[in-house]
Amino acid sequence: MLIPHPLLGPRDAGEFTYLGDATLLDRPDWQSETAPQEFYDYVYTRENPPGVHRELWYHEYGDRNWIVVTRNVSTHEILGAELAQDVAKNKGTA
Amino acid sequence: MRYNALRIFKEALTGHKGWTPAWRDAEPQKNYDFIVVGGGGHGLATAYYLAKVYKKSRIALLERRWIGGGNVGRNTTIVRSNYMMHGNQPFYELSLKLWENLEQDLNFNAMMSQRGIINLFHNDAQRDAAIRRGNSILLHGSDAVILDKAGVKELYPFLNTESARFPIMGGLLQPRAGTARHDAVAWGYARGADQHGVDIIQNCEVTGFKIENGEVKGVETTRGDIMAPKIGVAVAGRSSEVMAKAGLRLPIESHVLQAFVTEGLKPILPGVITYGAGHFYISQSDKGGLVFGGNLDYYNSYAWRGNLPTVEEVVEEGISIFPNIARARVLRSWGGIMDMSMDGSPFIDQTPIKGLYFNGGWCYGGFKATPASGYCFAHLMATDTPHKVATALRLDRYKTGHMIDELGAGAQPNLH
Ligand SMILES: Cc1cc2nc3c(=O)[nH]c(=O)nc-3n(C[C@H](O)[C@H](O)[C@H](O)COP(=O)(O)OP(=O)(O)OC[C@H]3O[C@@H](n4cnc5c(N)ncnc54)[C@H](O)[C@@H]3O)c2cc1C
Repeated sequence: MLIPHPLLGPRDAGEFTYLGDATLLDRPDWQSETAPQEFYDYVYTRENPPGVHRELWYHEYGDRNWIVVTRNVSTHEILGAELAQDVAKNKGTA
Repeated sequence: MRYNALRIFKEALTGHKGWTPAWRDAEPQKNYDFIVVGGGGHGLATAYYLAKVYKKSRIALLERRWIGGGNVGRNTTIVRSNYMMHGNQPFYELSLKLWENLEQDLNFNAMMSQRGIINLFHNDAQRDAAIRRGNSILLHGSDAVILDKAGVKELYPFLNTESARFPIMGGLLQPRAGTARHDAVAWGYARGADQHGVDIIQNCEVTGFKIENGEVKGVETTRGDIMAPKIGVAVAGRSSEVMAKAGLRLPIESHVLQAFVTEGLKPILPGVITYGAGHFYISQSDKGGLVFGGNLDYYNSYAWRGNLPTVEEVVEEGISIFPNIARARVLRSWGGIMDMSMDGSPFIDQTPIKGLYFNGGWCYGGFKATPASGYCFAHLMATDTPHKVATALRLDRYKTGHMIDELGAGAQPNLH
């Protein structure tokens, strides 16, 4: 698989390590009333869809950026990649 | 029809014209007492034990494609019970005991071969961990032997114990472990279930559930609605997708695992070997092919194929321990979808929906579990209480803090 790194262009997937579902960027509020349930879902449960999936990849053997990759997990086709910091900034969580 | 030597002899003399299909191609009925979803090893074993041991009738097994086409037909066939955690070891030991009697029970040759598995260790810390695991296995009433370097050499003289990058110090041997013929396990259970009256319905995909007031009433399928008050789901890698149709979100990610087989060679490998310095396991099939595999590809996948970096890694590890296989040609490689749970251990449990039961999260270790998984799932569906060796395999164990983290890798499914 080639991952289209937003700064460096196409890079071999072997340069990256994988963390998982990009919802891990949305850390729940620990002061919320429902925090225990939210943290349980955040840490343990997953949507795990068979089609398009947004996920976090770390360019460990490269520029060490975190990337949000949009990928069809049934075909391994990659539909896009953004810097995780940009994704977080756009959400206002960075 | 019972299979026996006399029958084979008779058929040989009469042109093999008397064999009949091993199971009926059943048409779906409108109503059943039990529905098992998924015609892999676990689903078929569940249906078999429901009928045979728990004396239930009106059972349907629904398979989306053909039985045995999923992971049960794609795995590296290693059967063992060398676990350590209390929630796991008694369960896998029951499984191994059932394996030991499977062929007699099913009247089907599953080629169960207790050729032994050895987990190699390469440093003091690994040796200590192996001794601890070995003791735990013995305390659970199963078998384990610690071998030193000389003991390993005696079994496998060609292994490099001296000059390698990771010299071998010894190994943890489980003599009763081994391999079984994957397809035959599915076919044997299917035949057994059919003989006890189970309707095995292929090309029948479950596309939704009928749920009223928190109770399951039936399933929607590509061959129409089928009703039953008790429905058990055992769909291996597709657990999240199927259970989402009942509105449930699971602690599971789907990942691809690859396996490989070489051309047929003369017998060189009597047992199963796992490499402690990396993650590599290998055995030789009865046809002579070396069957081997390594780690997951590490990322979510529903594709039945993997990627090249993992192929390279697995082959490099293999050659680093067995330089002598470098010239064997790999004939085939393939992938299967694993439902990786958050602690690497499985689930056999009721769901919050009454009458709906879930069996999954087998990661890459579910083949060895097939008999006990079917047995315990049938027990749960028949009696509404967990079987005594499966009481820890709960869906809510992360919430209550009762993980069964055999590897100590935390909530990182791809590391288990
Ligand atoms: C490469 C590889 C190597 C492995 N090596 C080992 C090993 O050495 N030892 C070991 O113990 N384990 C091993 N495993 C793991 C083991 O194969 C699995 O954990 C186990 O087989 C899963 O259970 P199953 O047999 O019931 O699954 P499957 O055979 O996958 O059965 C699930 C069935 O459900 C069906 N299904 C899915 N969705 C639907 C639906 N909506 N409606 C109806 N049917 C549906 C599928 O078509 C499939 O037939 C390995 C797996 C792989 C892929």
